[in-house]
Amino acid sequence: MKAFTHLDGLVVPLDRPNVDTDAIIPKQFLKSIRRSGFGPNLFDEWRYLDHGEPGMDNSKRPLNPDFVLNQPRFKGAQILLARENFGCGSSREHAPWALEDYGIRAIIAPSFADIFYNNCFKNGLLPIRLEAGIVDRLFGETASVEGYRLVVDLENQTVGLPSGGKIPFEVDAFRKKCLIEGLDDIGLTLIHKDEIRAYEAKRKLEAPWLFDGRNL
Amino acid sequence: MKAKNLYDKLWESHVVRKEEDGTTLLYIDRHLVHEVTSPQAFEGLRLAGRKPWRVDSVLAVADHNVPTLGREGGIQDPVSRLQVETLDANCSDFGIEEFRMDDARQGIVHVVGPEQGATLPGMTVVCGDSHTSTHGAFAALAFGIGTSEVEHVLATQCLLSKKSKSMLIRVEGELGMGVTAKDVALYIIGTIGTAGGTGHAIEFAGSAIRSLSMEGRMTLCNMAIEAGARAGMVAVDEKTIDYFRGRPFAPKGEFWDAACRDWNTLKSDEGAHFDATVEIDAKDIRPQVTWGTSPEMVVPVSGAVPDPSACADPVKRQGMEKALQYMGLTANQKIAEIPVDKVFIGSCTNSRIEDLRAAAKVAKGRHVAKSVKLAMVVPGSGLVKRQAEQEGLDKIFLEAGFEWREPGCSMCLAMNDDRLSPGERCASTSNRNFEGRQGPGGRTHLVSPALAAAAAVAGRFVDPEELS
Ligand code: SF4
Repeated sequence: MKAFTHLDGLVVPLDRPNVDTDAIIPKQFLKSIRRSGFGPNLFDEWRYLDHGEPGMDNSKRPLNPDFVLNQPRFKGAQILLARENFGCGSSREHAPWALEDYGIRAIIAPSFADIFYNNCFKNGLLPIRLEAGIVDRLFGETASVEGYRLVVDLENQTVGLPSGGKIPFEVDAFRKKCLIEGLDDIGLTLIHKDEIRAYEAKRKLEAPWLFDGRNL
Repeated sequence: MKAKNLYDKLWESHVVRKEEDGTTLLYIDRHLVHEVTSPQAFEGLRLAGRKPWRVDSVLAVADHNVPTLGREGGIQDPVSRLQVETLDANCSDFGIEEFRMDDARQGIVHVVGPEQGATLPGMTVVCGDSHTSTHGAFAALAFGIGTSEVEHVLATQCLLSKKSKSMLIRVEGELGMGVTAKDVALYIIGTIGTAGGTGHAIEFAGSAIRSLSMEGRMTLCNMAIEAGARAGMVAVDEKTIDYFRGRPFAPKGEFWDAACRDWNTLKSDEGAHFDATVEIDAKDIRPQVTWGTSPEMVVPVSGAVPDPSACADPVKRQGMEKALQYMGLTANQKIAEIPVDKVFIGSCTNSRIEDLRAAAKVAKGRHVAKSVKLAMVVPGSGLVKRQAEQEGLDKIFLEAGFEWREPGCSMCLAMNDDRLSPGERCASTSNRNFEGRQGPGGRTHLVSPALAAAAAVAGRFVDPEELS
């Protein structure tokens, strides 16, 4: 996994609440058995005027000029500013894969759906919860200042404003460590494999039917 | 001893170890797998040279991409076919039990798991699918995970997780005529909002919940995720235990007795603490219909589309306006005056035998309206289908002009050929009415099976009680 420490990025505002994972990456793209290549289809239904299907040459498709990601001033944005309940809906990890593939590294919103929030950390993407009032202010500033950038400092857990002000945010210590060091969760867990075996041995005595019930 | 709620008990019995910040290694008893969210996980295992930790804990079934018609001819769409074939290959390579497309037990993963007794009370159940919350109906701790976590569970039998807050939703009283578990679910989401349960595990309790069948409880827990909660659950009672008698994966003999003793403890203790409590009066719940593009945008079938201008919150107002525009509706329009083009009865929310019976009851002796282009019934599994055919439900549907299909996710998310065309309006028993969910530009109204059948017959939304 890509490590995440510090990010000085252009901000793109997506001003609607409850952006669901079907909107982030529509289901027809979930048929892929790969992990990469979803970026061109991020927000497909909003981003293009035609209907997208896997295998199409996306560079030839008509873009929706009204959609914020298509506006030249937000080209190359790495920070997505969003409204409440971002990422609600399905568990598809294709959503963070698409965001990451597009180039987004951090998302700022008042709240995130649980599974999506979790999935972000597995993919080097940092979801940042800030108070609705602050997010609202950031939307205002992004709209009025061309080339508006923010500086995310994960080590110190702050979002730096162009004015020099810093807004603190919360993140779990464990998730932070994994993100900063780009650690592989599975490798970390397997360090404790003896504890997992010990748990299983104990549990087998308490509830033997949980272990391959069909053969009992 | 401190009083514990059901979630505390399920959580604590699965803790392998806990980090200082509360991050927990949680043991997983049952891992359900389907074709869409697993290929990259198996690929990851291979790349790292790892093997599944406990093959016998995994059960796989293809459901999202499978066709509901002409299955003998295989899957026509090459991309869908590759995904299903990839699951088949991964399961045979790693020795995982899979119900393949031609197996009578094949169906939607959340219907199949409980039906087989592969989901049991007291278990932790995960699946790379958000509607895994369904299995909480059996006092299991069940939640959806992403693909990286699918790989993590395959490789380690554990998940890294943090305990959520707990929420009690108590529905007391008797449910009114024609009010089903689906209506209870939609009403709750309408009350607390789609983010109302975020960060929480919900326990549904109260006399109205206890009165629900296991099927009904599954419908309710299925939609916990639509209220923002990863997990929903209901305590064990007689109905829970009865459900598992004789199921293929359920314990037998002396293990059955020991299991029952254990299962009977799976309820919240008297006076247990919850971080949040919501009280609902059952008699306030009427048959529900969603009008917008989020499940919280819901009103009774006797009601009208709300007026965004009456909404004080500007973000919410804008969301409502966008939804009305997408749905092609106007403020204050009566729900009963909205015509439907298609009807879908199916999905992991409402495709079990009880759902099909409820729809058939309404369809019996009636006919699908001429204005309705397609009304389809998609059973949740091959076994549900067989049971329905034994009861003659298929004939009722066919005579009434419904199509009777093969099991799968079908038009719940339109990954196979079953979908809405742009602008088409559907009465659907599924769980999500997001933009484009049932096909690009399609408009979804979530309802119960009885309401869906009534909409098919009337060509518009109507309370089944009012059908002449
Ligand atoms: S029926 Fe719908 S909600 Fe359920 S698992 Fe299938 S696609 Fe998901």
